[in-house]
Amino acid sequence: MDIFGVPIQALMGQLMLGIVNGSFYAVLSLGLAIIFGVLKIVNFAHGAFFMLGAFTAFLLAQHLGANYWTTLLVAPLAVALFGMLFEWLFLRRLYGLDPIYGLLLTFSLVLVLEGGFRVAFGSSGQPFATPEALRGTINLGFMILPMYRGFVIVAALLVCLVTWFVIERTALGANLRAATERAELTQAFGINVPRLVTLTYGVGVGLAAFAGVLAAPIFHVNPSMGSSLVIIIFAVVVIGGLGSIMGAIVTGLGLGVVEGFTRVFYSEFSSTIVFLVMVLVLLLRPAGLFGREEG
Amino acid sequence: MHLRSLTWPLLIVGLIVLLAVPFFPQLVYSVFIMKTLCFVLFACAFNLLLGHTGILSFGHAAFFGTGAYITGQLVKAYGVPTELGILAGGLVAAMLGAVIGALAIRRSGIYLAMITLAMSQLVFFFFLQAPFTGAEDGLQRIPRGTFLGMIDLNSDVALYYVVLGIVGAGLWVVWRTVNSPFGQVLRAIREHEPRAISLGYPVARYKVLVFTLSAGLSGIAGSLKAIIFQLAALYDVHWHTSGDVILMTLLGGMNTVFGPAVGAVIVSTLNHYLDPFGAWVTVIIGVVFMTCVLTFRQGVVGELGRLLRSRHPSKPTKAPPHASARADSQR
Repeated sequence: MDIFGVPIQALMGQLMLGIVNGSFYAVLSLGLAIIFGVLKIVNFAHGAFFMLGAFTAFLLAQHLGANYWTTLLVAPLAVALFGMLFEWLFLRRLYGLDPIYGLLLTFSLVLVLEGGFRVAFGSSGQPFATPEALRGTINLGFMILPMYRGFVIVAALLVCLVTWFVIERTALGANLRAATERAELTQAFGINVPRLVTLTYGVGVGLAAFAGVLAAPIFHVNPSMGSSLVIIIFAVVVIGGLGSIMGAIVTGLGLGVVEGFTRVFYSEFSSTIVFLVMVLVLLLRPAGLFGREEG
Repeated sequence: MHLRSLTWPLLIVGLIVLLAVPFFPQLVYSVFIMKTLCFVLFACAFNLLLGHTGILSFGHAAFFGTGAYITGQLVKAYGVPTELGILAGGLVAAMLGAVIGALAIRRSGIYLAMITLAMSQLVFFFFLQAPFTGAEDGLQRIPRGTFLGMIDLNSDVALYYVVLGIVGAGLWVVWRTVNSPFGQVLRAIREHEPRAISLGYPVARYKVLVFTLSAGLSGIAGSLKAIIFQLAALYDVHWHTSGDVILMTLLGGMNTVFGPAVGAVIVSTLNHYLDPFGAWVTVIIGVVFMTCVLTFRQGVVGELGRLLRSRHPSKPTKAPPHASARADSQR
């Protein structure tokens, strides 16, 4: 069976790949959106933390013989701790200044991290084994789905939904949203806003690292794996608008699918389509699909 | 003592030193100085946006690289005279700047930075895919040709003076722009955009215009680079280059006209002399960048100016108003 002259198997395969990529975009842009919401800082180092997550998992598996499930839990936590330390030591000094300085500081962190890992491990990729339990494929009838890819989609969506639930439906999330709207007032109610801020940065960074661990068996682990991704994430965020949590998740997934379809019909263009969509959205809705017009 | 009173003597000494460079080949490598000059022009052009209008473009490599590729292709494949090639590189980059600028200024601040970054990625993919660019290898063996049909540019000395002349002219344009009524309006936009709008200035048009100018000059810097090294490569359009030019500007001091030039010299020198350390260069530059953002946001020239002012407080009327507070209170 063909659709527009493309065999349905190929179409479904690319669509699935698009959804996998979209899951990464969703988790990453979600983290970026949370950090931006509370810290008012665009975390340029988001891709570097993604890479850091993958590398931490790789090193844990290599040197401590940790199994996949342990690394999936430990690596994001370790990276989140590192991120919180970075926020506490450096990023904190830039609050209240032009947000451009936050962007530049996190950009310089990218240079340090990527450069450091290139010194230590070289530029070429390190292979990362797919966990034992998730090898093999499932036959869905209309297509054959590698088990691990299916797991990535489920895990990413689950994490996104949990994060959404915590922010929108719990007391902690309510405090967080309050701090986003009026930091001073929230502080006056006796909520430790600086600690909340540090925690938020930790969660955002941890999400990036989680995506990194998920990505490790699919892409090779290498120092620059995050830097091309972060620019796509920026485009995703501009398209979605930094207004809502759900917006980040939906836009991320949607653009992954758009990218997948483009790969079927005009593969050279697939890495560029996101930016083209961004231009169109900017022309029609400058605030983004889910964003609010800024004051 | 005031930094401004030092400007002319410093400028003259600098010019004499620069004119003398080709006579001391054992001391300095003139190709290195030429490369630095390109970055000086690039950084000063970039600062028209960041320092003087308050717009952070994170995609200026797009213009630098476009200049390099257009000039390279015209000179190499179509045998266009070098000076026209450079001019065309600047013009195409300026047109691209007008388009990207018109799109980017629909948002402001941090969004604008992300939009320019994404747009420059589009340009990067174009040069990666386009049939004439040689993808990863870059556009190689671009002939240097002759300048105005008379001066043979294959000699490093001749090329050096031509590059010095063009960069000098470019810097003059920057200086003239900053010290003009147009430049005053740009500063008004930076300080208080709503007020500039309410005074009746067509702010959007001004922004697009300064974007175009900055892009055109950056393109010329790229064109010169392509002629000097006879190479236009993907690194010229890569976002790392956009990051480099921001670092230069910030390091030199974005509230000054020629601070970015000093920053360009420092970064270029660091890159040149740290080259043996391989991948460590990125780490070192990252640490320098970090220190710069955290501790001296005024940049080298800005801090120097403040130091001189605090040691010899001049009459209050002479001090530029709030020069030290400006960068921090932009928003």
